[in-house]
Amino acid sequence: MHVSVAAEQIFSVFGIPVSNTMLTAWVAIFLLAISSYFATRHMRKIPSGIQNFYEWAIESLLGLMEGFMGDRKQTLKIFPLAATFFFFILVSNWMGLLPGFGSIGLFEEGNLIPFFRSATADLNTTLAFAMISVIIIQISGVMALGFFHYGKKFINFSSPINFFVGLLELISEFAKIISFSFRLFGSVFAGEVLLTIITGLVPYVVPLPFLGLELFFGGIQALVFVLLTVVFIKIATTEMAH
Amino acid sequence: MELKFVGIGLAIGLASIAAGLGIGKIVTQAIESTGRNPEAHGKIFNMMILGAALTEALAIYALVLSFMMLK
Repeated sequence: MHVSVAAEQIFSVFGIPVSNTMLTAWVAIFLLAISSYFATRHMRKIPSGIQNFYEWAIESLLGLMEGFMGDRKQTLKIFPLAATFFFFILVSNWMGLLPGFGSIGLFEEGNLIPFFRSATADLNTTLAFAMISVIIIQISGVMALGFFHYGKKFINFSSPINFFVGLLELISEFAKIISFSFRLFGSVFAGEVLLTIITGLVPYVVPLPFLGLELFFGGIQALVFVLLTVVFIKIATTEMAH
Repeated sequence: MELKFVGIGLAIGLASIAAGLGIGKIVTQAIESTGRNPEAHGKIFNMMILGAALTEALAIYALVLSFMMLK
């Protein structure tokens, strides 16, 4: 069995390589865009059908985030970004469990190059998310406290101890990028490998509980990514305690 | 060549032991505090998920590393 950590290139458009994870990311974006268009096309005061479902999803996510943030106004400010993260990651994670993902493809040099692969099972995607998230955290910190006040958290010459604490804070900001991206990537990728191995060992019935487990983990990982972003923004925007 | 696989096994195995102990501790405390204060169930559950995710990430780093070493 061949396990590829990197996403495989399937074709190229005008010299730009297109990997299978990119293709799936576009499919996920398309699905989300179409379903939100239909959900908001005829908005009604008493919702029904898909609008009802969307309202329920948005409302429960908002309630959850408000519980962490503690302030509705601040929550509403970052909600569009966080909710986009959540829905895209959730759809990408769950798309990887559909039949055909990782199993339909072409053989090249004896290895299967699948046409579809979950977008979050690619370190590039998760790294991009992590960098967006960390940059937003810094921007919201600067916006809430002011540039110099926020920068004092990292570069502080008032005493040697504060200087080294600041250095540690600076390193931990970069560690956030790594931890965000590796957590999501590792969890989704490991899930796909686990399913492949289990299906290879016992093709019938036995993979079923593992599929359920992956469904659960896909949701949890999407939630964790968003909640950590919210919590870090909360930490960045509150005044430092002295 | 064979030693490489021992290293991979040790990396993921040790990380799993540590993460397992950590998550066990987190969930124990969460259940204990839910037992003491059942009304705070929702809040404690969210905190537990967050803490478990942070701890689990350590095992996932080792997992990603071992996959990369496997190549």
